[in-house]
Amino acid sequence: MNAPTPASAWVLEQDCAESGLDAQTVRGSMLGRIREMRDSIRRGLATDAPSITGMVGWNAKGLQGAPDVLNAPLLKRVQAYAMAVNEENARMGRIVAAPTAGSAGTIPGALIGVADHLGLADEQLIMPMVLAAGIGQAISRQMFISGAAGGCQAEIGSSAAMAAAAVTELLGGSSRACVHAASMALMNTIGLVCDPVGGFVEVPCVSRNAFFAVHAVSAAQLALANLESFIPPDEVVGAMAQVGRMMPLELRETAEGGLAQTPTGLAVTARMGGKG
Amino acid sequence: MIGPVMIGPSSSHTAGACRIGLVARQLLGAAPVRARTGLHASFAKTGRGHGTQLALVAGLLGFQPDDARLPDAFAEAQAAGLEYEFHDADLGDVHPNSACIELEGAGGERVSLIASSTGGGVIEAVRVDGFRVSFSGASATLLIRYTDALGVIAKVAALVAADHVNVAALVCSREKRGGAAMLCIEMDQPLSPAALVFLGSWPEMDWVRMVRPIMDAGATIGGGDVPILAGTTA
Repeated sequence: MNAPTPASAWVLEQDCAESGLDAQTVRGSMLGRIREMRDSIRRGLATDAPSITGMVGWNAKGLQGAPDVLNAPLLKRVQAYAMAVNEENARMGRIVAAPTAGSAGTIPGALIGVADHLGLADEQLIMPMVLAAGIGQAISRQMFISGAAGGCQAEIGSSAAMAAAAVTELLGGSSRACVHAASMALMNTIGLVCDPVGGFVEVPCVSRNAFFAVHAVSAAQLALANLESFIPPDEVVGAMAQVGRMMPLELRETAEGGLAQTPTGLAVTARMGGKG
Repeated sequence: MIGPVMIGPSSSHTAGACRIGLVARQLLGAAPVRARTGLHASFAKTGRGHGTQLALVAGLLGFQPDDARLPDAFAEAQAAGLEYEFHDADLGDVHPNSACIELEGAGGERVSLIASSTGGGVIEAVRVDGFRVSFSGASATLLIRYTDALGVIAKVAALVAADHVNVAALVCSREKRGGAAMLCIEMDQPLSPAALVFLGSWPEMDWVRMVRPIMDAGATIGGGDVPILAGTTA
């Protein structure tokens, strides 16, 4: 529908230059990733089989089958898609890391969710997805994208920022609007800790992807209304990296704090025979 | 950043761990029969729930991160005659997601690797046989263990250039003057088989290994494996 933004065109050009591949090949590879994401959504929505621990597995299908009490089909679709991917992930199913496996549902939830709501073809998602990859790479220049290094903000914050930029591009936003959408998504994720129950990528990870897919759509909505991130995007990434460095080890994927240390969380850990 | 396509549940603890195994297997240059793996920090603490041990073994067996056999890697190892054991290890000041693999082949080959999984399935090898190295496996990497002597690096560089291969990055370290040394060269393409054989025939050479890119062909965009915005990161 829209011509690619200069930002996504630039990212594609850079990637071609570095990889030595032509644009057609890179676009084809990205379309393959989009279809893999779609497959994991489909598989995730079709089953309510529990994960190894039994903590998750039925959320995506359950939400999809529930009445739309808010009369907000986009919202419900985005949440269901996001959880479908992460429940597949928790079953050791096949997913596309974006940028990580624990945050793999956010981009498909937001971008494919919006596309399906509007009836758009997968080909139209290629350049928005290329831009998402570029945003992820730009963030990773300043910080490690892993919960162990930077807390959940590094994972779900990055995925939400990438998704926000992609949805903004899909809906016709300018390069500037895309980057500001990413920045707003990121600045509202700073400080989020990684405290997975039992050390498994299940609680809170599955529901967190539903929440942050919606978060990304919210950021796109604001950016498309020409609202901007008061703190410039690069400074926001720097702030997140600083907060990551200040975060205690107990709150960085070690399952030694937060939800993992609640009585219920500890009971799951004990039942599963020690920390995951 | 979009990718890899992988078996869950964790890009760093599962896909990255699998890739560390893939690199170790290539460094051994043979099918491994015994693997002793130390798990550091977060790999030790939350590895089980993430299938880290399964993924490391899968990589040692030569499976890619999206291989459907990954969840059954322990049974596959038994069938392939690979013995494995895991222990907690303190590897010092390395990334929290790190492992040390000591690997042995049927012909008595041995190699050790310390590598970190830095997020999104991206890895970084930091030590081979105790020598400091630095490579990610995103591009072809030549590892050479040799005896330190005047002009060896220049000779290797000349051979690589004569093979029409461009060098992207180079790290070299040695035990002591005239002692065992290691050269680690990241390159734009792998060296030709003929050049590798020739290189291996030099008297200074202990062993020569070509680590082929561990990122699948479809991984060219994103994956963190990929060079999106690489122009600004190099």
